[in-house]
Amino acid sequence: MDGIAPLIASTLSAGTILALAALGLLINERAGILNLGAEGMMLMAALAGYATCVHTGSDTLAFIAGAAAGAASAACFGALVIWFNTNQYATGLALSLFGAGFSAFAGIKYTQEKLPERPRFSIPVLSDIPFVGEAFFKQHPVVYLAILFTLALSWFLGRSRGGLVLRAIGESPESAHALGYPVRRLRFTAVCIGGALVGMSGAYLSTVYTPLWVEGMVAGKGWIALALTTFATWRPARVLLGAYLFGGVTMLQFHLQGQGVNIASQWLSMLPYLATIVVLVLISRDINVIRINMPASLGKPFHPTS
Amino acid sequence: MFRLEVRPQPSATMAWLSPILALAVTLVVGASLFAMLGKAPLSALAVFFIEPIKNGYAWSELAVKATPLLLIALGLSVCFRSNVWNIGAEGQFILGAIGGGWVAMQATEESSKFILIPILLAGIVAGAAWAGIVAFLRDRFNANEILVSLMLVYVADLLLQYLVYGPWKDPAGYNFPQTITFAATTKLPKLFRGFRTDIGLLIALSTAAALWVFLFRTYAGFQLQVGGLAPAAARYAGFSSRRALWTALAISGGLAGLAGALEAAGPLGQLTPYVPAGYGFAAIIVAFVGRLHPIGAVFASILMSMFYIGGELAQSRLGLPKSLTGVFQGLLLFTLLACDTLINYRLVWHTSVKPNAQPEATLAKPSVKSPGSA
Amino acid sequence: MTNRSVPLGFAVLFGLGLAACGGDKPAPQPAATPAPVTAAPAPEAAKGPLKIAFVYVGPVGDAGWTFAHDRGRKEMAAELGSKVATTFVENVPEAADAERVFRDLIGQGNTLLFGTTFGYMEPMLKVAPDSPDVKFEHATGYKMAANLRTYDSRTYEGAYLAGVVAGKMTKTNTLGVIGSIPIPEVIRNIDSFTLGAQRSNPAVKTKVVWVNKWFDPPKETEGAQSLLNQGADVLFQNTDSPAVLQTAEKAGKFAFGWDSDMTKFGPNAHLASAVINWSPYYKKAVKDVLDGAWKKDASWWGVKEGTIDLVSISDKVPAETKAEIEKLKAGLKDGSFHPWTGPISDQAGKELLPAGQTADDGFLHKIDFYVKGVEGKVPGK
Repeated sequence: MDGIAPLIASTLSAGTILALAALGLLINERAGILNLGAEGMMLMAALAGYATCVHTGSDTLAFIAGAAAGAASAACFGALVIWFNTNQYATGLALSLFGAGFSAFAGIKYTQEKLPERPRFSIPVLSDIPFVGEAFFKQHPVVYLAILFTLALSWFLGRSRGGLVLRAIGESPESAHALGYPVRRLRFTAVCIGGALVGMSGAYLSTVYTPLWVEGMVAGKGWIALALTTFATWRPARVLLGAYLFGGVTMLQFHLQGQGVNIASQWLSMLPYLATIVVLVLISRDINVIRINMPASLGKPFHPTS
Repeated sequence: MFRLEVRPQPSATMAWLSPILALAVTLVVGASLFAMLGKAPLSALAVFFIEPIKNGYAWSELAVKATPLLLIALGLSVCFRSNVWNIGAEGQFILGAIGGGWVAMQATEESSKFILIPILLAGIVAGAAWAGIVAFLRDRFNANEILVSLMLVYVADLLLQYLVYGPWKDPAGYNFPQTITFAATTKLPKLFRGFRTDIGLLIALSTAAALWVFLFRTYAGFQLQVGGLAPAAARYAGFSSRRALWTALAISGGLAGLAGALEAAGPLGQLTPYVPAGYGFAAIIVAFVGRLHPIGAVFASILMSMFYIGGELAQSRLGLPKSLTGVFQGLLLFTLLACDTLINYRLVWHTSVKPNAQPEATLAKPSVKSPGSA
Repeated sequence: MTNRSVPLGFAVLFGLGLAACGGDKPAPQPAATPAPVTAAPAPEAAKGPLKIAFVYVGPVGDAGWTFAHDRGRKEMAAELGSKVATTFVENVPEAADAERVFRDLIGQGNTLLFGTTFGYMEPMLKVAPDSPDVKFEHATGYKMAANLRTYDSRTYEGAYLAGVVAGKMTKTNTLGVIGSIPIPEVIRNIDSFTLGAQRSNPAVKTKVVWVNKWFDPPKETEGAQSLLNQGADVLFQNTDSPAVLQTAEKAGKFAFGWDSDMTKFGPNAHLASAVINWSPYYKKAVKDVLDGAWKKDASWWGVKEGTIDLVSISDKVPAETKAEIEKLKAGLKDGSFHPWTGPISDQAGKELLPAGQTADDGFLHKIDFYVKGVEGKVPGK
């Protein structure tokens, strides 16, 4: 049984990266916008957060910088897609590719930098409880923030007027437009807020999870986050659980290696990706599940005609 | 304040002006980047764009780099036109290299020269099969092809690693992860003595011509395009979207696999963990910059190769970082997408900021209202 | 998007571009000898500095493998001053592109090329025959040519010394190694680390995880965390980033630096760094060319020649262990100590090196087994 508590702790940490990014993408997708640029956004935000932390030493500022970088790049994407009506897939891909190249370029001088001393976090009394304390209560505040965001987003989407409007825009922008809602401006806002969350995920990766900067460090997590939103049928709570599941699978492959399991390490490394495919298939196979849950206008351009 | 207004009909001028404009913007941004880095902008641009086409050797290297990009981009053009979003061309490329490589490993010194044909066929089949998984999962389970094809890229890479570290490792290779070097008979014939350009170039160019015919002169190609542009109309006309899905993925997977087999049997001559070179993703940019048109893809792949080689040269000649290539490529696609808007919209300067100005104008002069304006 | 004027647009574009070339219309030269050689200016110019080029697989800022090579380059250039002119190209993948980079560097007038990673072996072998007057030096490879020789560092000596420290400092008797790519050198280092640890502490065992990359900080972090979760309290790595050390620092455990001195990345966790110093070899190689004394041979240098060392040993390490390390280093320098001295058995208990016998270079090159005390299976066997 030993090693389970640290494994849980590592899973929570790894899962938070995916959770934050996937929640941001969920906001986008609920508004009807499919943002394939998550990978590039996370990279640029990771660099922004890291650079900020190197120069200011402040965790908080790093996260703000990351969120700002995410929101800014999402805004470029949003402007092109919402007002210029460019193809959403192509524009998102362009953002991913550009983000990868730009972050590699701008991050060159940060590759050998080291962050100032990182504080250790633990909740005062709770973290002393054996097993549970180590598993759950020694995390960075952002891990708990991700959980809070999930709850807040669930409430917002399901119980607030604003959430209703957002969902309406995602289901049928034409109807929302007819009702007088400024569809494009609201979509843009959703894209920017979603981008900010994706940016926080990137900043977490580079300042907390692996306090280093190296080009391409997101290594596909942005794409897995995209898969997560579909996997979770666009519900925040499921997104969080899915994120932890994937974080766990990633840690599991090393755990199995260390235990001397007799499978080549490459097969073990495939686990997260194969798991994503399997889950996608399971979720999508009933076309009605998709029809009911997927925002109907996802990926389609909106032309206001009044 | 600028406003975008829908044009009565798409502008033909902008259609060919747009990529030029996009390239110009990219160059301007590039020049300013160079200036910021303390290098003379014009000579840096020259390294990127003139050096790679300066002489015969340079053109041959350009061809070596452009061939896989072109092949993959051709397949992706077909796919994207059919509204099938195959992001996993990199994985299909790897599988093509694996398939072609496996056949190449069976060859010996005595094998006939024509062993090349099974090698390339194996690459096509392997790539098409990998894409077939995507098609199957979308067809049967409605799984989103973007995500499935992308996940399969990672799986393909790890599969290659497993093979070259394990069962396919060269026993005389000191336990290093690589296969045996393929027998000389498997080498692609070179086109010009002394240069690395091989028949892959001819294959790629003829594929471009063939696809042009397919897309614009055959009924099947027409069906694919209609399915992508107007799915409802396609359904009404009885075009099978399922057939379109499988055709598009088989073609793009097969072409990506062919590119992989050509790389393995050509410049590489063996399989190593470093077969995946990012061509599958760069080809997406090539496809778009080429306007999803086979002829456009030819030019776009040359342009893209110039970025790659120029970036390498900029590094060794000017000390500029290699990541500039990625910046240029991403920037080009972005600016292209933005400039493309000008095909369907035009930029108009509006001086009046009064609210309700529009309805009043409409009321006053109803006959001036142009079609499609909001 | 189906527009006939698309090809026209591109044709215009390229027409402009070609015009800008100044009429230097490219055409293959059918009867000429291969272009790269004709493009290369007369090598071995007696006047002017020796032009040397280094090709790196990673970024110079990686604080690891490439950083060490670049440090060697800089120190060599500083010592030889105006006799040499060095350049480098970084981030060159170990694939078909490398060949083009080498040819271009030759075309630029470089007559001594260093390829600093195993994967450049085949590209260099393809280029070498075309440029007989250029000398090629390949790191960590095993194939040579008339003008291509190999050089390597006995990193296993550094790994052994680190193991001696690790065996002393572990409290759980479990050591963890984050392995990069399962090539013989890395397996040898894992074994040497374990042998060194067993010298101080026969009860230790070593767990290994593979990230299958030379340099991947997030994966290295996850691997390190996983080893810590499984009870390891001293970590060792063959990967190139400080991520492992940082993870150990965060968890309050111990780790080593690799390739370069990584103390600053984990001041409390850092026990020592196994540092590779390429400058002694680079100075020798360049002097060989300058003096016309270049010979095709394989160099494998270790502590004796100053190519590998264990430095910045922490004050947490007891004095008698530090003294022992010094003694072992002296033994390596005068040849009286060999880390691979029998009896050495593999995991199954089969004795591979009888008592008292030392392994020769041939044995060392072929190591593809784990010694007793290492858990798990060698990948790919």
